[in-house]
Amino acid sequence: MSRGRHRVLPRALLYVAAVLLALWVLAPIYFITIGAFSTSEAVYGYPKQLIPRDVSTETLSFFLHSAGVVDSLKTSVYVAGITIVLALGIGTPAGYALARFAFRAGDAFRLTVVATRAFPIVILSIPLAVMFIRWGLDDTVLGVAIVHTALALPFVVLVTSSVFAGISLELEEAAMTLGCNRAQAVRRIVLPLALPGLAAAAIFTFVVSWNEVFAASILTLQNRTLPAQVLAALDQSSLPYRFAGGFVLLAPSLLVILVIRKYLFNMWGRVVT
Amino acid sequence: MAAVRFEGVRKTFGKVAAVDGVNLEVTDGEFVVLLGPSGCGKTTLLRCLAGLERLDEGRGFIGGRDVTELPPRARKLAMVFQSYAVFPHMRVFDNIAFGLRMQKVKKPVIAERVDACAQLLHIEDLLDRYPAQLSGGQRQRVAVARALAPKADVLLMDEPLSNLDALLRLEMRAELKALLQHLDLTAIYVTHDQVEALSMGDRIAVMNAGRIVQVGTPLVVYDDPADTFVGGFIGSPPMNFLQAEVSLDAGSPVVQVSGGRFRLTAGRADPLAPRKLVLGIRAEAIEVEGDPGEDLVAATVLVVEPLGSHNLLTVRAGSDVLKVSTPADFFPRPDSEVWLRIVPDRIRWLDRETGKAVSP
Amino acid sequence: MTATARRLRRWEGLPYWLILPTVAYLALFFAWPTVQAFQLAFREDDAWTLAHFRTMVNDAAFGDALRFTLLLVVVIVPLQFVVALGMALLVNAKLRGRGLFLYVFLLPLAISDLAAGIVWSAIFTEFGYLNTILEGLGIIDRPYLWLDPQNQGLLLMTVVAAEIWRSTALVAIILIAGLQGIPRDYSEAAEVFGAGFFQRVRHVIIPMLKPSIQVALVLRVILAFEVFATVIAITGAGETVLAEEAWRWKTSYFDDSVAAAYAVLILVLSLVSAGLILRLLRTPREQMAR
Repeated sequence: MSRGRHRVLPRALLYVAAVLLALWVLAPIYFITIGAFSTSEAVYGYPKQLIPRDVSTETLSFFLHSAGVVDSLKTSVYVAGITIVLALGIGTPAGYALARFAFRAGDAFRLTVVATRAFPIVILSIPLAVMFIRWGLDDTVLGVAIVHTALALPFVVLVTSSVFAGISLELEEAAMTLGCNRAQAVRRIVLPLALPGLAAAAIFTFVVSWNEVFAASILTLQNRTLPAQVLAALDQSSLPYRFAGGFVLLAPSLLVILVIRKYLFNMWGRVVT
Repeated sequence: MAAVRFEGVRKTFGKVAAVDGVNLEVTDGEFVVLLGPSGCGKTTLLRCLAGLERLDEGRGFIGGRDVTELPPRARKLAMVFQSYAVFPHMRVFDNIAFGLRMQKVKKPVIAERVDACAQLLHIEDLLDRYPAQLSGGQRQRVAVARALAPKADVLLMDEPLSNLDALLRLEMRAELKALLQHLDLTAIYVTHDQVEALSMGDRIAVMNAGRIVQVGTPLVVYDDPADTFVGGFIGSPPMNFLQAEVSLDAGSPVVQVSGGRFRLTAGRADPLAPRKLVLGIRAEAIEVEGDPGEDLVAATVLVVEPLGSHNLLTVRAGSDVLKVSTPADFFPRPDSEVWLRIVPDRIRWLDRETGKAVSP
Repeated sequence: MTATARRLRRWEGLPYWLILPTVAYLALFFAWPTVQAFQLAFREDDAWTLAHFRTMVNDAAFGDALRFTLLLVVVIVPLQFVVALGMALLVNAKLRGRGLFLYVFLLPLAISDLAAGIVWSAIFTEFGYLNTILEGLGIIDRPYLWLDPQNQGLLLMTVVAAEIWRSTALVAIILIAGLQGIPRDYSEAAEVFGAGFFQRVRHVIIPMLKPSIQVALVLRVILAFEVFATVIAITGAGETVLAEEAWRWKTSYFDDSVAAAYAVLILVLSLVSAGLILRLLRTPREQMAR
């Protein structure tokens, strides 16, 4: 036994490792941010300014004024909004069912929901693109939202199931002895308590929809979402376009994760394991 | 206020019958305690009455009305849960007012009733707080106040005191009993703590394995247990049980136990002799003598526990180990000999095979 | 049955109604499209055919796409597991500022592959940040062409870097959750018996993490076969992957069937890999901790 060394890895080393990893994650975000807020000159310049000298909205403004960008921003927001409504509307009752009832189909249902994650978005979107043409949903906000909802639904079911399971059944029962039927008990007691968890699920659904690029690119032509728009313009785009585009794609998601960071780990931890 | 009746209630979970054929009548204004070890079905029975469990067989009646098919909210009852189930997202005032709001009672009446109930439970100062800001004991009071506010016919309580610490439990026990007496409610109270049951109930229904084993006033249940289970469950220490043989010696009944033999006063045991029975006797019904004598059973002292108000001796009489209560100043040394007088009037006879009480 | 479940049995029909919308939705927008994809890929004018697959395989880009995709999967996944395990162990070590580290490590979960690709192309581009730093440190004296369309090895490396940066967070969070489920006792017992840090990791922690590793591995591999926008953003026309070819056949060549063929291929590769992983990492019941 080696007792000479206190710990094989002294704490200091662990801190260094953690800091290095953290910097590795943060640096690229930092670069693109300062790039997005610098002048076109600086964007094309070399060596790159690691510490920004002139902050400017030139690059961002150029991007936002490029063809189709503002429209695609709006489209992305609409799509995400509809996705949230659909995914939560459909998935929350299922989550409640899984949490409160042990019915025979429950395990099979849960397994099915988990198994849907094995399905590549590729194999969903291509046939759906074909089907949407027939249904008149091709190149529409609703069409993209439908695919995004399919993507987000399993996640919503599992997370809401976890949220509801965390709310004691006795609270519902107490409400029922005080004059509520089940629906009233859910509305007055369970939903208010589940709200933070549901909000976090909604926000994460937003992120999933906002970031999704493959299906959006396949399904849209005129009504592109932001990622689809940027992708389409990518090979002809200038550097300022790329910098600003990258930043605008990143920023809302980062902001949102900041807001729900408390729930983030709980959510993912419970859903994935 | 209303009478409650259970008729042939049966509730199974899978293959296990949690409640197996229960009949019980609770009269208007009575305080009945359902007492038993965990798993005996007392909570399930309570929940069946509340409508939170569906009966497999049997019927339930509140105030003469058959409530078996009714949802909880139609049964006009109130319930205090073991975990209190106080709504965390509402202030204390709104918690207490909840039942009244569901009944669509007018605002001024609500305010008045909430105040009244809060005062009964001494929480008038807490009305504006949230449950997270309260201690366990305070939350329990809120739960009780909330149950009392809608003026239900029957009050159900599922081990409301078991999550409190010992001192608080003692205080709340007395307070609850006084409160319920003052309000003259019909109440059904579930607990596994026999001290709680004895001190609070008008009648106790002792349950074991899904059945009611005995129903009676605390005194009856304590002094006249229906079987060895009740005798062993009620009272601290539990009842002593000895293997005994009753025979007739020249016309007088004589009891032979492992540690000795003694005569019984005539009349009490006549129909029993000759028989092999179980002799049940409470610790405080055994008198201890320092010297041998007639009709005394010899015993060796094993342990002396001074409990302040009295001493509890563990003694061995032959092959039986007994608990005996003695005055606080009687301190025999371990391994010393004592002689026990088993008071005949306090003896309860029980059948050896069934464990059930045998009436003389 | 759990106590909760028993208490609610009276509402026997309700749960089925509650899950019905989800089941219907999944059937309509998961199951059916999958069936349709197979139809598209294997049928031509009401007849079963392999013509689309032949077109796919004979296309010049197919071999490159398949090779590059496989390379990416094989290189990225093991590497990022090491990084993720490191992150998980660090988080588990309960350093000060642990919450902040956790938040930073998990940030990339919110970042799309397109954004990640753009970000790292800005780093690797000839007049980009990496060269700025390297030249500043004196390691090179001229900007180096990282994104050389002729140099597949280099392009692979850049995409690997971007993908590890972006997608390790998913693996990390699963491992972190798994680590939290391992009682310290086991590791401490091993320490008392003389096991050094790396030995403990190898003999105690990793075996007990096997279920989490399995889940993370299956998820990551499936996602890795779909890699798309990162490659486009970084390599442009330099390299292609299966998903990119599917996209191209649909949106540029307007051939739904070949696109579907690519989709089916991706699905098959994903499922086979998932099956292999589940089989190889199977924990026999006796070895389970609980």
